[in-house]
Amino acid sequence: MALYSEKVMDHFRNPRNVGVIEDADGIGEVGNAKCGDIMKMYLKIRDGIIEDVKFETFGCASAVASSSMATELIKGQPVSEAMKLTNKAVAEALDGLPDYKMHCSVLAEEAIRNALNDYYSKQGTDHCTDHCTVTAEGSSAACCAAAAEPEA
Amino acid sequence: MIDHQTGYQIDHMIYADNAATTQMSEKAKKVMIDLMDQTWGNPSSLYSTGQKAKEVLEEARSRVAQVIGATPREIVFTSGGSEADNQALLTAAELGKKSGKKHIVSTAFEHHAILNTVKKLERDGFEVTLLDVHEDGIVRPEEVVAALRGDTCLVTVMYANNEIGTIQPIREIGRICRERKVLFHTDAVQAVGHIPVDVSADNVDMLSASAHKFHGPKGVGFLYVKQGVRPASLIEGGAQERGRRAGTENVAGIAAMATALEEAVANMADNAARMTKLRDRIIDGLSKIPHSALNGAAEHRLPGNVNFCFEGIEGESLLLLLDDKGIEASSGSACTSGSLDPSHVLLAIGRVHDVAHGSLRLSIGETITEEEADYIVRAVKDVVAQLRSFSPVWRDLTEGKRPFIL
Ligand SMILES: Cc1ncc(COP(=O)(O)O)c(C=O)c1O
Repeated sequence: MALYSEKVMDHFRNPRNVGVIEDADGIGEVGNAKCGDIMKMYLKIRDGIIEDVKFETFGCASAVASSSMATELIKGQPVSEAMKLTNKAVAEALDGLPDYKMHCSVLAEEAIRNALNDYYSKQGTDHCTDHCTVTAEGSSAACCAAAAEPEA
Repeated sequence: MIDHQTGYQIDHMIYADNAATTQMSEKAKKVMIDLMDQTWGNPSSLYSTGQKAKEVLEEARSRVAQVIGATPREIVFTSGGSEADNQALLTAAELGKKSGKKHIVSTAFEHHAILNTVKKLERDGFEVTLLDVHEDGIVRPEEVVAALRGDTCLVTVMYANNEIGTIQPIREIGRICRERKVLFHTDAVQAVGHIPVDVSADNVDMLSASAHKFHGPKGVGFLYVKQGVRPASLIEGGAQERGRRAGTENVAGIAAMATALEEAVANMADNAARMTKLRDRIIDGLSKIPHSALNGAAEHRLPGNVNFCFEGIEGESLLLLLDDKGIEASSGSACTSGSLDPSHVLLAIGRVHDVAHGSLRLSIGETITEEEADYIVRAVKDVVAQLRSFSPVWRDLTEGKRPFIL
């Protein structure tokens, strides 16, 4: 069996939404070169909708494919929906990732959330309370922690 | 493989991972199949089918011994390089224990068959000194001298490194050990069949080799143990290999190894000369990629080894895109090693994590052509440029937000 699904290879070979947005409303970066993975996400947001998203990734094929897929999943979506993007959704949309590559999908989720946080903080709103008021969860801090928890 | 963007093409795959394993030679394959067909007896059996197999086995032992300058009694057949390495270290450790010597000298960039075994010995009370291999990937004999102690029971230094291909001053280290009466082992898995190896001229007491690195079968290898040193047994059981390695012998595989080895050595000088030229052609070509660096010294290098780091990209991506272009190679990036850290070899020669992740090893085979070498250079250049085009690390480097390392 091949290491990666056809979907992963397709998004790796032909990554969607590659590049930068010069006047981005939110930028998120996760990972570090020491570990071998860095993802950077750029968001253009208008009226609460993600109008455009671009990414740059340094990393393995699953990191590139995860970032590409994550951008596809949130493009055109309301910010509130994008906030709910999970690593699991990214991995599933890619027809799965090998277990030891699941962390790549976590990075994609975190990069998007960081970019959204950046957008919120530029807007001067505390996204976490925003986000969590709709759920029955406890404090906003716990919510953020829970949101960042990887789902395998 | 056609590259649509540039129009250059090649109509076949290029296997450039011969340090991982090699394709079996036709001759060796034929020997193996014929023996499986006709000489399948157990060499320990007394009737003719068994004795015929025994003859083949002993003939193979003589042939292997002859090639490396040993005598047949000094060859123990094993399941490959890893087992031979384990057995060599255990042999030295048992002798060391008897004489109260529990210090081992090795190097930071050995194969894990050595490194993990010395780690195990450390837990068993041995002390281990791992020598620096410097930026050029070459051990300094004077540092071997300095590391030796009264209680040193073994020096083990690989003949040539499997990742960066650097060839060690084995003869000189062997001389030092012999003068000081310290056992000397070399893991020659990457050297045997590729560069001249002679146990007596090289002053080695033990040497490991593996058939699948020189176009023989997988799962077969040998350990040379100099007469006068009693090899410890890793595998207890029957009296095969004169009690040094139990288990019914893989006669067909062993004979095929002998054939592959003779063939490799017979063609060694010609092959090495051609490969070295093309290796250097690839090295020259890849050196033109900005912010890249050859890993390991350009000289004292296996004829087939090219190993580079490219800043701003990651190795697994590089390998997969090269595979798309018909080139099969390997990398020391963490993603390909299955751990969080990049190759210990690259770290040992001082590459920092950031650049070690962007490494590429091409280990070319004897049949490489000039056309293939040129194709490899163009393909690697393209793939590196492609990956850099969307690398945030590369952007930061080019925009001066972080300093170039290479
Ligand atoms: C230097 C070195 N030592 C030992 C080994 C292990 O050999 P084998 O695969 O035959 O166990 C290898 C090959 O992977 C090697 O390159």
